[in-house]
Amino acid sequence: MISSTIGIWNYWIVFLLMMIGLFLVIGRKNFLKKIVGLAIFQTSVFLLYITFGKIKGGTPPILNNAIDTVYSNPLPHVLILTAIVVGVATTALGLSLVLRINSEYGSIEEDEISAQDLVDYHDQIETSKKIDTKFIE
Amino acid sequence: MTDILIKNLPILVVLCPLMMSLIVVLIPNIFLSSLLTFASTFVAFIFSILLYQEVQIHSTISYALGNWAPPIGIEYVIDKVSIIPIIIITLIGFLTTIFSSKVMPDEINETSISKVYSLWLLAIAGLIGLVTTGDAFNLFVFLEISSLASVALVAMGAQKDKQALVAAYNYLIIGAVGATLYVIGVGLLYGITGTLNMADLSERVVDLKNNKALIAGFGFMIVGIMVKAAIFPMHIWLPKAYAYAPSAVSVLLAATATKASLYILARILFSVFDIADNLIINTLSYVILPLSIIAMFAGTIMAIYEKDIKRLLAHSSVAQIGYITLAFAIGTKASVAAGFIHVFNHALIKGALFMAITSISFYIQKRVTLSNLSGLGRAMPITFFCFVICSLSLAGLPLTAGFISKLYLIKASISADGLWIAILILFSSALSVIYLWKMIEALWLQQPKKEIIIKENPKIYTSLLIITFLNIYFGLDASFVVDSSIEAAEKLVGVSK
Repeated sequence: MISSTIGIWNYWIVFLLMMIGLFLVIGRKNFLKKIVGLAIFQTSVFLLYITFGKIKGGTPPILNNAIDTVYSNPLPHVLILTAIVVGVATTALGLSLVLRINSEYGSIEEDEISAQDLVDYHDQIETSKKIDTKFIE
Repeated sequence: MTDILIKNLPILVVLCPLMMSLIVVLIPNIFLSSLLTFASTFVAFIFSILLYQEVQIHSTISYALGNWAPPIGIEYVIDKVSIIPIIIITLIGFLTTIFSSKVMPDEINETSISKVYSLWLLAIAGLIGLVTTGDAFNLFVFLEISSLASVALVAMGAQKDKQALVAAYNYLIIGAVGATLYVIGVGLLYGITGTLNMADLSERVVDLKNNKALIAGFGFMIVGIMVKAAIFPMHIWLPKAYAYAPSAVSVLLAATATKASLYILARILFSVFDIADNLIINTLSYVILPLSIIAMFAGTIMAIYEKDIKRLLAHSSVAQIGYITLAFAIGTKASVAAGFIHVFNHALIKGALFMAITSISFYIQKRVTLSNLSGLGRAMPITFFCFVICSLSLAGLPLTAGFISKLYLIKASISADGLWIAILILFSSALSVIYLWKMIEALWLQQPKKEIIIKENPKIYTSLLIITFLNIYFGLDASFVVDSSIEAAEKLVGVSK
């Protein structure tokens, strides 16, 4: 029982990281911290895949002539290379959005921003009642 | 020559917009970049028509990417199911590109237009790829290509309204969590089956009934896709993203983005897994069915109380997605067919409604709300005409495309012993008349507060007229949509029901 619990400790770490990441994304109100959480969440998935690819006593999958060589599965590593690229793109886009939000709103706290948005929204509804359509071609 | 073209069509339809997006970004001239975008989306549309003909002959086209034979290599599959979303995406993509050429410069400054068109093509390419690919992990890559491009497109709305930035940010975070959940699911399935090819996967999961990793993997995949398809509790990113995106982008996203994800949902539920499996039956009847019914009402009620028109239409989209997933959840052949019919028709209806609202906001140079619509219907008769036709189509009045989808949906639910579902559908459609009537009343019956003279521009209303025409055409002669949807449902649900 204990050995099997410890034997899958990689998975424990994966799900611990996953939950930490997900908690940061959902629980934090700071836009920057959400992105940190997202990065941790994605990294945990990378670890999950890498764990699948590992075979006990497996060597790197480079063909040699010995008959009884056990190779590790290279496919998860390749998939994760792709996923890392996607993750970097997501983080970069997220950070640049946070930068723009900060310059437009002067804050990256969700509460302050949604309060500003609510005021803006009601302003729009109010001002739209005063029509001043001009001649447009 | 034509042989090679036909043989490579499945990849060409993806590559055409993908490669062109790299070229378009380098072109500083607005006219040239919009022309190239138009050309590549048009070519993609022609390719999808050719593919449709091929599918009629060969039924399934499998394309081995880089000549690596599946299941080891990545496979692109075009069959009678995937051809429907491909036609929708390319058709709407090409119509909205015509539309955008006039509307886009109004909202986005000139220096960034070619970049926007590049993202535009990337989003379209990602969506087409999403539908074409037969590889579970390749699907994730296309999912991210399309969603990152759409996030950037939504954020371009910040030049008019800064709320677009927050909308884009939320879309990015929620979408990325969804995509990552999908990857976890794929990983778990790969861990127990050792394959990523969907066709191969469906053969191998049969032997693994009640395997806990399989159930967990399935759950992760479905939830991930549900986030992307904006199914009820995961829809919160949608209204704001659609409302604050640049108008042309709203049209493109509203008509295509969720449709591709809905197709993936159907593919995973019915094609990778088996409809006869208890796991799927329970998921459909205890998860997707209740959520769809809540979505139908929640979306409609939110729309009734909304004053901002773009948000109103986005909330209504949530309700319409509810109809589609409801059709999938009933799980009979007729209902899945009805779901696909509505996928097609809703793309036409929502595309046209967003286009009409966009033209109005183009002329009045403001966010369109219920109060500033008053009397505009008389000033812009063509736009108003299209708007009314498509509203009727959304509500499901006879002689419009929306009627056909409601008809088949209700017929399917009654034949599956779901009379109460049919009644709920009718009730929710009746509720949707309330918000549609509010808009039409404001447009036509209220007196304008000031004399308005608007000269409608043919560049803007041409594609609106085309989509409206299609709405009426597919209401009168629905055989194309209905036949291909029934064939698709036969392929998915098969003989088991």
